[in-house]
Order: sequence, then C-alpha cells, then structure tokens
Amino acid sequence: MEILDILISASFWAAAIRIATPLILATMGELICERAGVLNLGIEGIMVAGAFAGWMAVYSGTGLWVGVAVAMVVGMGFGLLHSVLTVPFGLSQHVVGLGVTLLATSSTYYAYRLALPQVTSPPKIDAFQPYEIPVLSEIPLLGQALFSQTPFTYLAFILVGLTSVMLYRTPLGLAMRAAGESPAAVAAQGLSVTAIRMGAVIVGSGFMAMGGAFLTMSAFDSFFFEMVNGRGWICIALVVFGSWMPGKALLGAVLFAAFDALQIRVQQTGFGADIPYQIFLMAPYILSIAALVLVSRRAQVPAALMVPFNKGER
Amino acid sequence: MNGTAEVVLRLDAITKRFGKLVANDAISLSLRRGEVVALLGENGAGKTTLMNILFGGYTADSGSVEVFGKTLPPGNSRAALDAGVGMVHQHFTLADNLTVVENIALGVRSLKSPRLRKSESYIKIKSLSEGFNLKVDPHARVGSLTVGERQRVEILKALYRDVKILILDEPTAVLTPQEADDLFATLRLAISNGLSIIFISHKLHEVMAIADRVAVLRHGKLVAETTTADTDKNALSALMMGTAAKAPDIAVSVPGKTLLSLKNVSTPDVGNVPGLKSVSLDLKAGQIIGLAGVSGNGQAALADVVGGLCMPKAGVLVLGDKVLKHWSARAAVQGGIARIPEDRHKTGTVADFDLTENAILEGYSTAPFSKGGWMSWSKARTFAADIIAKYDVRCPGPDTRIRLLSGGNMQKLILGRVLEADPQIVLANQPVRGLDIGAVNYVHSQLLAARDRGAAVLLISEDLDKIMGLSDVIHVISGGRLSPAFGRGTMTPSRLGIWMAGQGFDAPVAHAS
Repeated sequence: MEILDILISASFWAAAIRIATPLILATMGELICERAGVLNLGIEGIMVAGAFAGWMAVYSGTGLWVGVAVAMVVGMGFGLLHSVLTVPFGLSQHVVGLGVTLLATSSTYYAYRLALPQVTSPPKIDAFQPYEIPVLSEIPLLGQALFSQTPFTYLAFILVGLTSVMLYRTPLGLAMRAAGESPAAVAAQGLSVTAIRMGAVIVGSGFMAMGGAFLTMSAFDSFFFEMVNGRGWICIALVVFGSWMPGKALLGAVLFAAFDALQIRVQQTGFGADIPYQIFLMAPYILSIAALVLVSRRAQVPAALMVPFNKGER
Repeated sequence: MNGTAEVVLRLDAITKRFGKLVANDAISLSLRRGEVVALLGENGAGKTTLMNILFGGYTADSGSVEVFGKTLPPGNSRAALDAGVGMVHQHFTLADNLTVVENIALGVRSLKSPRLRKSESYIKIKSLSEGFNLKVDPHARVGSLTVGERQRVEILKALYRDVKILILDEPTAVLTPQEADDLFATLRLAISNGLSIIFISHKLHEVMAIADRVAVLRHGKLVAETTTADTDKNALSALMMGTAAKAPDIAVSVPGKTLLSLKNVSTPDVGNVPGLKSVSLDLKAGQIIGLAGVSGNGQAALADVVGGLCMPKAGVLVLGDKVLKHWSARAAVQGGIARIPEDRHKTGTVADFDLTENAILEGYSTAPFSKGGWMSWSKARTFAADIIAKYDVRCPGPDTRIRLLSGGNMQKLILGRVLEADPQIVLANQPVRGLDIGAVNYVHSQLLAARDRGAAVLLISEDLDKIMGLSDVIHVISGGRLSPAFGRGTMTPSRLGIWMAGQGFDAPVAHAS
C-alpha cells in the first residue's frame, strides 16, 4: 500500500525527473556518438570534468548559463581528443574511451586541488532554481513532476527533441546514421566519414559534460569526488535500452531514475526496516538489467559501430 | 554508336602502382555521349582500379581525368559526382539498416540544409523507378531486399543525381539470368535518355550484347580497343587471356554406387525462402549432379543439409549404407564431404587470417595439423605452400592475409583445401560466381577431375549454361521441390526453364531419361 502511495505522489515523479536529467543529457551524447559509429567510453570521465568545470566557472563568478557553456566546451575538448585517436588514427575505441575517462577524472581532481588547496568541505554555489512554467505547472501530478523543474531539466528535454529531429529530419542526421551503418556508403557520396564521426563525438561529448554539470549546478550545488558515481556507465546501457533512439532512451532514463527514487522512499517505509539497505541500492540496477533483457533483444545495433573506416582500403 | 558525338569523358595516360604491382599502365580511354564502352579483362587486370581512379576512390600516380572538357581534381568522389559521374560498385555501398529512400537521399542535400524532405525524395524515386523499370519499394529496409533489388537501388541512386556518365562494375556478377536481362533493358532506356555508360565485365556474351566499343585490359595494360561490330567472342577471349581460352573436354561418366542419399527430406521455411519439400536425391560416385533453379528456391536449404549445417525436419539421410542419426558440419567433413561454400568471403574464408590458417580451417583439429592439442604450424605451412603451387594460387606466399587475394585466387585456395583431402562427395555451391574465364575453366576442370577420381559432385548454380555443360544429371529445384533427374543432353534450356518456373511438378510429365 505504501508503495502505491509513493507511486501516485507528485513529489516522487518530480524526484524521478530530477534524477533522470543528467542521465538524459549524457545518454543523448553517447547516442549521438554511437549512431555515427563511435563507442565513447570517455563518458564517465567527461561527466566528472563537466561537473567540475561548470561548478568552478560559476564559483569564480560567471553566470549559470556561462557555466553550462564552459562545461560543454571542456567536454568537447575531451571529445576532440577521443575522436582524433579513434577516427583518423583508428585506435581501439575501448582503450581510448577508458583512457579518456581516466585522464579526465584524474586531471579534474588535480585541477580541483590546484584551485582549492586548503578546502575540506567544498563550497556551494548559487545553483539553478526550480522555475514553475505558468499554466502547465498547475496540471495535477504532471505539472509538479514535469513543469516545476529547473531550467537545466527543460534544456535536457529540448535537447532530446532537437537530437531526434536532427537524426531523422535533416541531411546531416541521415549522413550521421549512415556513417554508423555503412561508412563506405557515405564515402561513396563524396562525404567525409572522418569529419562526420569526429563532429558527432565532439558534440556528443559536450552533451555528456552538460550531464555532469547538472549534478553540480542543479542537484548538489557543489562538487565532490566520486559524485558521478557510475552514471556514465548507466548511460551506455540506456543507449542500448533505447535501441539507439532518442525517445526510447529518454523513457529508459526516466524509468531507471524512477526505480532509484523508489528505492530511497521504500527504504524509509516499514517494509524497508527488515531488509538490508544494500538490497534497495541494488534494486534499480537489477531491474534495469531485467528491462534491458526484455526490451533490447531485438535492438538494431548500428552495423558499423566500433568499426574504423579507412578510405581506399579493400 | 556514332563516331561524331561529343566526348563526355577522357582518361589520359592513367598510371597507378601498388607497391611493385603496376595496376594501370598509362591507360587512355574516351567515352562519347550515348555510348556504352565495355571494359573487359580478367580479375586483377586493373579494371576496378581504373574506375576507382576516375571516381576518386584512388589517386593516380600520373595521368588525368577529364569530364565534359574539365579536369577532375584527383581523389575526390564529390567532384566526380558533381561533374555527373555515378558509380555502381561491385560491392554495394548501401546501409542495410536504412530505408531505400534514406540510402538514395544520403548526401544529396547539403549537410547544412535544415530539412531532409523525405517525401519529395520519395516522389522522385517513385517516378524514376517507374520510368526506368526499376521496381523496388522505397520504404523497404535495404537489408530486407534481394541482391537484384539492391542493385536497382544503386542504379536509382545514380539516376537520382542526374548522372550523365554511369560506371557499372561487374553488375551481373550477382544477378540471376532474368535479372541480368532486366538490367540490360534498363540500361538501354538510360542510353536512349542520353546517358553514357562504362560497363566493366569479364563475361563476353554480355559485352557483345550491350557495348558499342570494347576496351580490353590485361595485366594493367590496355591491349586492344575495338567496336563490337568488328570483333567476336573468340577474338575478345584471346585478347583478354593472351591465348585462346579452352573449355574443358568432358568424357562420359560411369556412375558408381550411391554415396549419399536423401529420402523425402523436408526442412522448415525461413521467412519467405522455402525449405525443402519432401526431396529425394541420390549422389552417385563418378557423377556431376547439377542443381538448376532461380536463387532462393531452396538451394541454400539443400546445401545446408548436405553440408551438415542443418538436420532435416523430416526424412532420412543415408551416407554410404548408414542411416544418419547425428548430423553436423564436423560429421560431414569426417564423412568425406568437401564443401565449397556459396559465399567465399563470409563462410569460406576468414578475411584477416593468412593463407596457412585458411588452408587448415577444416582440418586444423586433426593430424597432421594438430597432435595432442598442439598445432603443428610447420605442417600447416607446408600444406598451404603445396596448395599454392599445385592450384596456382597467385599470392606473395602462405603468410599473406587472404583478404588481399582476388576472388579467383581465393577460390583456388578453397578448392585446394577441400580437394586435397580426396573427398568422396564435393558440394560445390556457386563455385564460379564472380570469377573470370580463366578461373572458371580451372574450377570446372578440377571438379571434373574429382568426378573422374570417383567422387560425387553436387553442383549448384544459377547459370544454366554452366549446369548444362558440366552435369551428368540435372535436377531442377523450384519452391523447395526437386524435379526428377534429367540425363545429359535430354533437356533444352527452355524445357528446364519451365520446371524452373515451378511447372511440371504436379502433373506427371513424360521425360526422356
């Protein structure tokens, strides 16, 4: 009964959307990379770097949106590194991705220590505040859940729409999808597979960094180590869960976030008192694996994902 | 067609080297409006290289390409397309998971333009596909199309871009005879609309049928250029090969005992490809058994049953005098069945393995290649070197990755691999598809030699000429049903065609045998 009460409460769904936002942003970033044929395992580290860069920018006095832009640019920098190594050089995407994650994470911690050498508890910033969208926010349940979020969340939803339109309605999106399916077909049209793939990885990495920045600029208002905490890896799974489609990936992110929000609340009910809390912490992951198995067995993997392309090789 | 029409394309002294190999040696060629020029040559003669240079896939070491009087910048496919040159590659450049419309629209509109306008593309594709008799569903996923339909998509892709010069690289290699005829009809329509065509082929009858002029390449050199009116198949064949090609002489066979027998074998349908419907077939020693039929009528299922990849749903298999209970690829190999697979790239070889590794793909786990769980690479390497020498596989050596070999040489290695074990039964599924005359004759003579040693050879082919020329008995497969056996010389192509179209199965037909 208590669980049912939780599921129909607006605050529960508002929390789910909030938890989903960084996942949505980073998942879109990963999806763009993979649709063009590049697996970007730098996601976890790029989120850490984005979280720090956005927060640090605001802490040093810039506006919030400038902070978001700074995070994005930092992410794109790591994306550039990743794409140079994986696309024109054709190096292993696994190794480069993990390397970028390690490099981004450790250089972020280094930058943090350089910037704030004496600090034990990191300072807070004036983060994004919830903005109730007039009229829409008055809809029962839905209004509270969807339209009383911070502008950063609204931006995430807008980016999902833009990504979807770009992929399916523009020549650029078609070329990107084709680069992930059959780079030879793209090259035969005189288009540059290298440019398309690099562009996708750079922009995608920018989105990942924004996902990280949401954590410091709209959720926790501060930066601390280990705050990304595997969210990047979840996003890799969400792309598969969403069958490489933006809309489905968004649903997947909300579903995962709902599991997460639910386990926190169930822990506090009477039902939760008898069960070790670790079980609850595990629950979202177990349920996600179950959902992945059910939904993604027929998913269509981009045929040229992780296949480097060299023009003129037979 | 007419010697005064405007020259639309001029290749001037094109030279291209790959390492020590001179793929193109100062080749000059021109093409006039409304003309079909055939580029004839064996595999490895340099045809595809030349066309890739024209289309910007490779950069020539020297020489220039001129389209409508303007020199093309080298190595730039975009510029070639913009100048009105379209190319249908032998290996299609299509994305399987995208639709026909998406594949055709790819790269047409600028990447900066905000809208794709798929519905406009759809309308244009629809009208082109009707106008040129290129039937294909624009909304279908390319992955779900047949090979013939995919080729139509490639041609539509070129027509959609209003190309003036169309290059077709071995366009009939993957087509059934009927599809090839349809393609020729379409090409004639295109020519009457002012297109000029370069047609790359090694099939003489096609060249004679469609081309106005022929340019013959041999070992990277242009050895002859002539109008088709002034030559004939024999002369072209001699030019292409350097010597006159001879088809193997065929002695009458003496059939022996039945080696493998299928009795009322059925397999399930796969999608819209029929499975076998109560098929009975005897493979006798010292016979070539030809299986004629349009592709997709159950040949794959029959090959899978014989090759051990599939256990029939109903019916029995008898190998020698044993009724088979367990049947697998391994059991088939051990039972003396040699398999020449239909797709030598996908199932016949491992592209990035070297020749040695590919040579022992079937025998690697048995002596002499492995003993007590350890590989004996020196034996394997000797074996590969023997095949290379004996079967005339042209390659730098046994350590070469097989993907670098031409189709004919790859097939020779496969032949060596399966025939060296002196098999009782040879399953040859499309053994000469995409090969040039020299390689075709070679493969055929090897199959005949296997027959004369007492093996049963099951020859599956879509090419009726080859089936009729080589087989001692012919079966026709249609809709998964198998016709009775027809002896050599008892059937005409048109009577076989009736069976191929699925008629004759229900009514008992009196046939001479």
